Formats: sequence, structure tokens, C-alpha cells
Amino acid sequence: MPQDKPRRGIHPVYLCLLIPYAAFAWVPFYNRIAPQLLGIPFFYWWQMVWIILTAVSIVPVYLFEEKRGI
Amino acid sequence: MTASPITIAVFLALFVLVALLGLFGSRWRAGDLSQLHEWGLGGRSFGTLITWFLLGGDLYTAYTFIAVPALMFGAGAAGFFAVPYATLMYPVLFVAFPRLWSVARRHGYITAADFVRGRFGHRGLALAIALTGLVAVMPYIALQLVGMQVVIAALGLNFTVTLPLLGTVSVPLVAAFVVLAAFTYTSGLRGTALIAVAKDLLVYITVLAAIVIIPAELGGYDKVFAAMPPAQLLLPPAPEHSLGAGFGYVTLSLGSLLALFLYPHSVTGILSSSSRHVIRRNAIVLPAYSVALALIALLGYMAVAAGVKDMPQYAKGFAVFGNNFAVPALFLQMFPAWFAGLAFAAIAIGALMPASIMAIACGNLFTRNIFKDFIAPDCTPQTEAKVAKIVAFAAKLGALFFVLELQTAYAIQLQLLGGIWICQTLPAVLLGLYVRLDPRALLAGWAAGILSGTFMVAALDFKSSTYPLHLLGWTLPCYAAVSALVLNLAVSVVLTWVLRALSATPVRDETVAADYA
Repeated sequence: MPQDKPRRGIHPVYLCLLIPYAAFAWVPFYNRIAPQLLGIPFFYWWQMVWIILTAVSIVPVYLFEEKRGI
Repeated sequence: MTASPITIAVFLALFVLVALLGLFGSRWRAGDLSQLHEWGLGGRSFGTLITWFLLGGDLYTAYTFIAVPALMFGAGAAGFFAVPYATLMYPVLFVAFPRLWSVARRHGYITAADFVRGRFGHRGLALAIALTGLVAVMPYIALQLVGMQVVIAALGLNFTVTLPLLGTVSVPLVAAFVVLAAFTYTSGLRGTALIAVAKDLLVYITVLAAIVIIPAELGGYDKVFAAMPPAQLLLPPAPEHSLGAGFGYVTLSLGSLLALFLYPHSVTGILSSSSRHVIRRNAIVLPAYSVALALIALLGYMAVAAGVKDMPQYAKGFAVFGNNFAVPALFLQMFPAWFAGLAFAAIAIGALMPASIMAIACGNLFTRNIFKDFIAPDCTPQTEAKVAKIVAFAAKLGALFFVLELQTAYAIQLQLLGGIWICQTLPAVLLGLYVRLDPRALLAGWAAGILSGTFMVAALDFKSSTYPLHLLGWTLPCYAAVSALVLNLAVSVVLTWVLRALSATPVRDETVAADYA
């Protein structure tokens, strides 16, 4: 299906990119010790997990843009 | 205090090897280095893997690797802001910077100020952007040399000579400076990219070893965290009618990530890639460095658990460098002698490499946006490249002078201000990729942002950058770069609206929508 009209509005796939910001902005949720993982408090491992999940959240947008040839 | 001869030997061997790599970098994918885009952007030729190493080395500097754990060591959880900062910058890189790459490629732009001049047709605004970049990046170079000084002190290589005019000068620091200047001058960004590969491999080896060996010796991660005062393990709860430290934490991450890609050395790194696809792929794979950064941040807690601060052999280092000595002391204490040498080489080379890109970026900025725009508009490409090389040298010399003659505290304070100032170029550069506000309004907004940001940090005595705002009976501890940016944006938007209502000025925009795709 050819898609060559210029982007008008924003495709919903771009919403993926906002999820990590919400995950990090919600400090009261993750500013706690329990549950610990391998002895690491929640505050630290939650944020470390979100490093990976941020990269993952970019992937669908990447695939979308590559497919459209943007 | 002197490190073991084995540590010093391993350090020197690796350092010399990498320096040679940098010097011979000019022959790698050789280009005509008398052209500015060949010397200062590596011919825009770097693919996904080299860009990954280059940007990784560029954004995660040696100073980061020393200062972030030092902050954790001293302040606890608040220092972990580096993690959201170094993570949330990637969606921004992914969305906005392929546009900058495309338009820069189409019009031959080398700096952010080049883009601003073309986009807005306003030389004053372009000059403001270029000067902000130059002023912001200079103390950053100085801090890389501070990182180097910490390593030199940890190795116990404190040979000094007394020179006329300069006074007492550290010989190893000057030697490192000569190496840096030599390879930057001869190889430009190519040499830097080769060094980046070596540096990043050393950093990854060090980090992997550190997170396995050190917690094992200390008795596991639970022991590491148990060594911290419990109040420092989390952000303090918000007092009544205040958004509390959590708001400061989030705005500090946000402001820092917005600033990072506006720094001249980041723009240089991004524009040197060979296609917009390379930038997008890197936004997905670069977070690997953020994982390393998070683990490095935890080294600060390991240093607390290891109790290095109270050991007499490190007392002098802590007295001179404060908490920045925590990680070197930890390495000396926990690693076998040869491996400590490797780890120190990683930090020292990790200081040289970004310092080189920063100096190149200074050269590019001065040549394009001051020399060519205001002094010699008709200069040849050869003159352009020559001027850039000389300015890059001068920038490093200035940084060396700064570190040798002035207190380190000034460099740190200036870098704090630099982050706030560079953030004020966002409406023209980053937003300029999407919307064209009036250049006069942008200039006014820029000035408002710089002045208010500087005022807030001055009111805090240049010790912190989190300024408490009072709004409707609430206290908002906000990173000054963010509040200044809000003011900047408000002024830019409102003035644009007013100016457009008053008169229709002709638009002098040399770019068209298709240039950004």
C-alpha cells in the first residue's frame, strides 16, 4: 500500500515514545526500598529496567518509519 | 602515596598504544583533511557501529564516570538522576536529530549555528547560538582535564616543574595535553573515532569486572546498600505544600537531557554519521551505555561500603579532589594491580577522547559562525580548515590554563552554568527543526533565559542549580535550566505573535520542508 502523502497529524505509534517519560516522572511510585531484586532496592532496579524498556519502546516506531521509508 | 609499578606500567602501555592509534587515524578512510567537513566531521562517513562508539565516548565522558559515583558517594539517591537523564534523551535523539542531519547534509551545515543562520536568516541569532555553544563547552573540556588529574594523582605520578609565568605545572598533565593536541590536529574526528573504540572497550571491561568482583568481595549487593545511611537510599519525602526532591530529580534529568544534544560536541558527533538511519539505530543501541552508567553510579555506594574514605593511604586524594577521589580509591583498593592500571587507562583515555571532540566542535563553531560570517566571508575551504585546527588547539590550551591556574571549583561552577545556558538554544535549534518563530523573538527569549538562569544560580551561591519556585502557595524545587527555558519559550512565542501582528516581515528561510526528510 503506497504511502507517500506527507505526515499530517501524528500516528498513534509515536505514543510509545511517551511511555518511558511517564515511567520515570512518577517518582512517588518508585521512590521505595521494597521489593528488592538481588539485594538492590526498588528505586534503583526499576530505573535500570526502564533503560532497557526505553530502548524497546523505540523499536516499534523505528520499524514503522523504516517501512514507510521516512 | 604511589600506586604499584605494575599499575603504572599497564596504564602507560595502554595510554601510549591508544595515543598512537589516534595519530595514525588520519590514514584511516583517508580524506582530504584540508576540508573542514573532512577534518571536523570525519567526512560524514561513520556507520552505525563507529557512531555508536563515537557518540558513546562523546556523551559519557570520563568526568561523568568520576562525578556521578562521587555524587552518589556523597549525596545518595539524588545522584541517580543521571540514569533517567541518560535514558530519556534517546527518544529525543530518535525523533528530532535525523531531521537536523538531513537539513545539515542538504545545505552543508557543520554546526547548530549554521542551521540557525540558514533557517532564520538572522546573523545575530546565529552568533548568539555559536557563542553560547563555545562558552558552554569550554569548561566541559577543563573538567575532562580535571578527570585526568584525578587519575594522575591516584597513580602517584605527581612530577611537577616550575615554569616562568605558569608557576608549578604537573608534567603528566602537560604530556597528556600534548598527546591530545597532536592527534586532534593531525587526524581530526577520524583519530578521535578510532580512540573511541579502544576507550569504550576498556570502559566495558572495567565496568563488567567492577560489578562482579567488587560486590563479591564486599559480600553481595545487599551489603553494599546496607552500608549507606538509610536516609540517603531514597529521595527525601516531600514536605507539605512542596513537590519535594522528586520534582527536582525529574526536572534535573529533563533539563540535562534537553541540554545534552544541544552541546556542540554532541552535534558534531551526530552530524558525522553517514545517514539518518544510523542516528535512529543508535537511539536504540546507545542505551547500552546508560546501563553501564547506572552500574558505574553504584560504584559510589561500593566505595562507601569498602570504607575507602577513612583509609589513611587515600586521605590526601580525598583532601585534594573531594568525593571525586572515591572511584580511583575504590579501584586501587579492590582490583589487582594490573587491572587497576587498565581501569585508570580507561578513565584517562575517556577524558582525552571527548576533550578532542569538544575542541573540534569549538574549531568548527568559531570558523563557521564567527570567522566566516563576520571576519573573512570569502575565505577558501583550506583557510577554513586551517583556522578550525588552530582554534581547536587554542580551546584546549585555554582549558589547560584554566585547570592549572584556577581552582577546579570554578570549572565545576562554569559547567553548571554552561548546562543552563546551552539549554536556552533549544527554541532556535531543536524547536527550529519544526517551527519557525520570529528570530528577533527568539533572541529576546534566549536573553531572558540566560539572564534568569544565571540569576537563579547566583542566588544559590553557584553551589546548586535547583532553585525553589513559589507558585500559588506551593514550592517547586526546579532545575534552573528548565524554569529559564519555560520563560524563554514564553517570551519567544508571545513576541513572535506580537511582531507578526504588527508587521509582516519577509521570511528569509533557505530551507524547505523536504530538506528535513
